[in-house]
Amino acid sequence: MTEPVLQTIGLTRRFGAMVASDDVSLDLRAGEIHAIIGPNGAGKSTLINQICGELRPDSGAVRIAGQDVTRLDTAARARLGLARTFQISALVMEDTVLQNAMLGALGAGGRPWRFWRPVLADPDLRARAEAALDRVGLLPQRGTRVSDLSHGQRRQLEVAVALTLEPRAFVMDEPMAGLGAEGSKALTGFLDGLREEAPILLVEHDMDAVFALADRISVLVYGRVIASGPVEDIRSNPDVRHAYLGTGS
Amino acid sequence: MIRERHLNIGLLAGLLAVALWAMLADQPFTITLATRAVILALAAAGLNIALGIGGLVSLGHAAFFGLGGYVMGVLAYHAQTYTPLELGPFSIAGTKSMPLIWLAAICVSGLAALVIGLLSLRTSGVYFIMITLAFGQMFYYFAISWSAYGGEDGLSIYVRNGFPGLNTLVPIQFFGICYVILCLVLYLHARLARSPFGLALNAARQAPVRVLTVGLDPTRLKLVAFVLSGAITGLAGALFADLYRFVSPTMFSWQMSGELIVLIILGGVARLCGPVVGAVVFVMLEHLLGGLTDFWHVWLGVILLLIVLFARGGLIGMVSGRAVAHD
Repeated sequence: MTEPVLQTIGLTRRFGAMVASDDVSLDLRAGEIHAIIGPNGAGKSTLINQICGELRPDSGAVRIAGQDVTRLDTAARARLGLARTFQISALVMEDTVLQNAMLGALGAGGRPWRFWRPVLADPDLRARAEAALDRVGLLPQRGTRVSDLSHGQRRQLEVAVALTLEPRAFVMDEPMAGLGAEGSKALTGFLDGLREEAPILLVEHDMDAVFALADRISVLVYGRVIASGPVEDIRSNPDVRHAYLGTGS
Repeated sequence: MIRERHLNIGLLAGLLAVALWAMLADQPFTITLATRAVILALAAAGLNIALGIGGLVSLGHAAFFGLGGYVMGVLAYHAQTYTPLELGPFSIAGTKSMPLIWLAAICVSGLAALVIGLLSLRTSGVYFIMITLAFGQMFYYFAISWSAYGGEDGLSIYVRNGFPGLNTLVPIQFFGICYVILCLVLYLHARLARSPFGLALNAARQAPVRVLTVGLDPTRLKLVAFVLSGAITGLAGALFADLYRFVSPTMFSWQMSGELIVLIILGGVARLCGPVVGAVVFVMLEHLLGGLTDFWHVWLGVILLLIVLFARGGLIGMVSGRAVAHD
């Protein structure tokens, strides 16, 4: 078996008496979408924060392509090829769509210490940023300020910035949040094609999207992975139906 | 609405015109006022890089302003007394040459900004304001007790320092020097704001988490901005001391730091010529109202209040609307 692109080994994190992540071991392999589902408060955000480096685990490890990154910060993990999108858009609100995408391209190029030439005139960065915007369909809005974008467009821009990083793996925190049926469907189609480029660890509440996209699903309840496997296994797992889907029993 | 670019050109041209008119009308005091405005604008333009683009509300920029002033004072003092300046194992001769003094002022205040920035940037928000204030006060009290260079009384320089090929004692020539430096720094600011560094720094102010997730370090970006900012304000300090041929601990006072912030807010935070507008308005109020009443700061306060409440883009924002996004 080949090395997983992203792997967590026994991640545990406590907040006081509450165990937010309890011995979580997951992996993400090339070419797949691995969805993480679970009721509110199951510890999904805590898990993502540990994977992306915003939170240190009490014990356990995170690996990117076999390299232990548990001690590295968010920026270092991003440079190793981890691209995150946020549940609540974390964009540069006063800047334009293009400037936000350029920031991603600048980070990916890793050369921000240039003080003279206008960044928007840098042909390489610009090509990279515009290609990403084009893929999510935001190129016509490149001159618009993010604060003037609709909610759906901001979600698209989140994905576009992640694309500019040309990452090894995507970690997406509820990319469908707040999108209408149309928007969800369009984004589902887009993510479907994206897995070939880089695998996606997908946290999502939209079950239609999860069942349509995921190759594997892990179910998180009270910080523990209670089930993990192919979509059909999860759909028919009685524990999962009881704990999460709310039917059966 | 006037385009900001046209407004900036008009402002700088107007400032030059006032000084030239004063020269022709033989009003040297007006030239001195204009020079004062230009130097204060330069000091605030330095702060505008940290505060405007980087969002670093430093209440300690007087430290750099004062350091620039004392670099000039100390070097010129040793030159006029023909005594070498002993720095541990090194012994340096004093100098009356402006370019050398500027270079030293930039290096000393930039180095101080590096140290202060390294320590202060571990905090943010109110704590950042307080820790920069504390550093400023440290320099203030140090200067007061530094009796070798006048302590509380400050240090006077007999003759203004020289610049090759110019007679700096002629008011308009010294104005010209300061004016050219201001224009160069504003040009640097304009380039910087659009550069890759400017894009990243601007994002670090608004969305530090985003900057981290694209693999950049917002703290390091802010540190570099702080050093540049301190170095420019230090250069302004050297010029300010040269204008009055006098340097005293007041240059280190926290009121000085506060004034620099006020200048930026008056003109417009992060606006290229915000510091220029702020400094011109400030010097005019100081001169016109200051002649009528000792309590002119009250009126400055009222104006500041109105701007904060009703015109977030400062005076520049009132005239030319919100900043345009670069394309």
